[in-house]
Amino acid sequence: MSLHYFANPTRFTRLAGRIQPWAGGLAALLLAVGFYLALIVVPADYQQGDTVRIMFVHVPSAWMAMFCYIFLAVASAVALIWKHPLADLAAKASAPIGAGFTFLALVTGSLWGKPMWGAWWVWDARLTSVLILFFLYLGYMALWQSIEDGQKAAKAAAVLALVGAINVPIIKFSVDWWNTLHQPASVLRMDGPAIHPSMLWPLLIMALAFKVYFVALLLARMRMELNLRRIRALRLAERSS
Amino acid sequence: MAVITRDLHLAVRQGGATFLALVFFLLTVTLFPLGIGPEPAILARVAPGVLWVAALLAAMLSLDRLFQADFEDGSLEQLTLSGLPLGGIVLAKIIAHWLTTGLPLLLAAPILAVLLNMNTEGFAALLLTMLIGTPALSLIGAIGAALTLTVRRGGVLLSLLVLPLYIPVLIFGVSAIDAAVHGLNAKPHVLLLAALTLAAIPLCPWAAAAAVKLSLE
Repeated sequence: MSLHYFANPTRFTRLAGRIQPWAGGLAALLLAVGFYLALIVVPADYQQGDTVRIMFVHVPSAWMAMFCYIFLAVASAVALIWKHPLADLAAKASAPIGAGFTFLALVTGSLWGKPMWGAWWVWDARLTSVLILFFLYLGYMALWQSIEDGQKAAKAAAVLALVGAINVPIIKFSVDWWNTLHQPASVLRMDGPAIHPSMLWPLLIMALAFKVYFVALLLARMRMELNLRRIRALRLAERSS
Repeated sequence: MAVITRDLHLAVRQGGATFLALVFFLLTVTLFPLGIGPEPAILARVAPGVLWVAALLAAMLSLDRLFQADFEDGSLEQLTLSGLPLGGIVLAKIIAHWLTTGLPLLLAAPILAVLLNMNTEGFAALLLTMLIGTPALSLIGAIGAALTLTVRRGGVLLSLLVLPLYIPVLIFGVSAIDAAVHGLNAKPHVLLLAALTLAAIPLCPWAAAAAVKLSLE
């Protein structure tokens, strides 16, 4: 059974429909456990106090921001090379989710930055590169929206995603470099020298929760997209008959 | 080659475009002293960044010229049917674009640097980075221009697509000049910038050609 087995939309919808509630339920469960551990069980940090709890949302969403872009780029490559019909959909569906996670990472980072560094925003390498990643997501979604022909939009967006994928490491690297030239690396240390197990486990649970949530959301969006296409096709058929 | 000369002829006879990009460059740079204040010390500090940002914006605004006119009158389609490799055609058009935009900007930059009271030690670095960096602007921009060909009023979209990709060029260009102004070694920055442009030469025309092919379908 190859990947093309699921190229059939009906088969995919059926399978996705079966997985989606499980993924959603699992995500809810993991989120509940993760939040319970992060907000109640985990002790306050000896330096940062309770603000350290922001980390449990901030770090997983930052991970997801990058993961979504990789997923987007791989799906785009699959769509361009093998013309797998669902790869386009997967790429399109993952972009807003990725943008959402990126935005969440930026906002929580900003909220965390205020008590820790005394500023909402610092032009630090990591912050800047995440902001640029956010703009890349926006550009990708804008390109999808502005080309009317769906097939063309899919290909154009895929080309853009791949160009972006080549450029993301370069941007990241250049921004790191730019920062170290102007100010010594001192501002951002994500988790101190070593993270204590009592904090590591909740963090990993939250990360897993975010990932499962991504799967559930992705499947939901892909099914929605498929249904929209079907509605459009039915309307067209109705009008022409 | 013929495509380059054709595009150059067109650009020269129509005049306008190159001149407009230059005037835009000049105007944007003029806005900064008005906005920041005319103290020479401050201007000297921000000069490299201002010049690069203005050049980048001017290059970006002229991108729509790259394919749009040829796309509208059908000559782009004729060119793709000519049997020449599309990547080569696109590269030729990019070279023509650079000659009519990047080169004039490069020549105008030192004059504006004088107006901004930039430290004289940075002039060589300014010219060098502009010489190496502006081709990358044309190359990367070509992808954006090709992707937005079929989009109506694609200007804003173009800037959204292209500007994030321009960031490395900007960073290395400005840091090379800054290093030179402060008497540090500018060579690593210049080399990185050169690496960027060299990597863009084979990759960008290829991606842009794919995008052009798409809009002609």
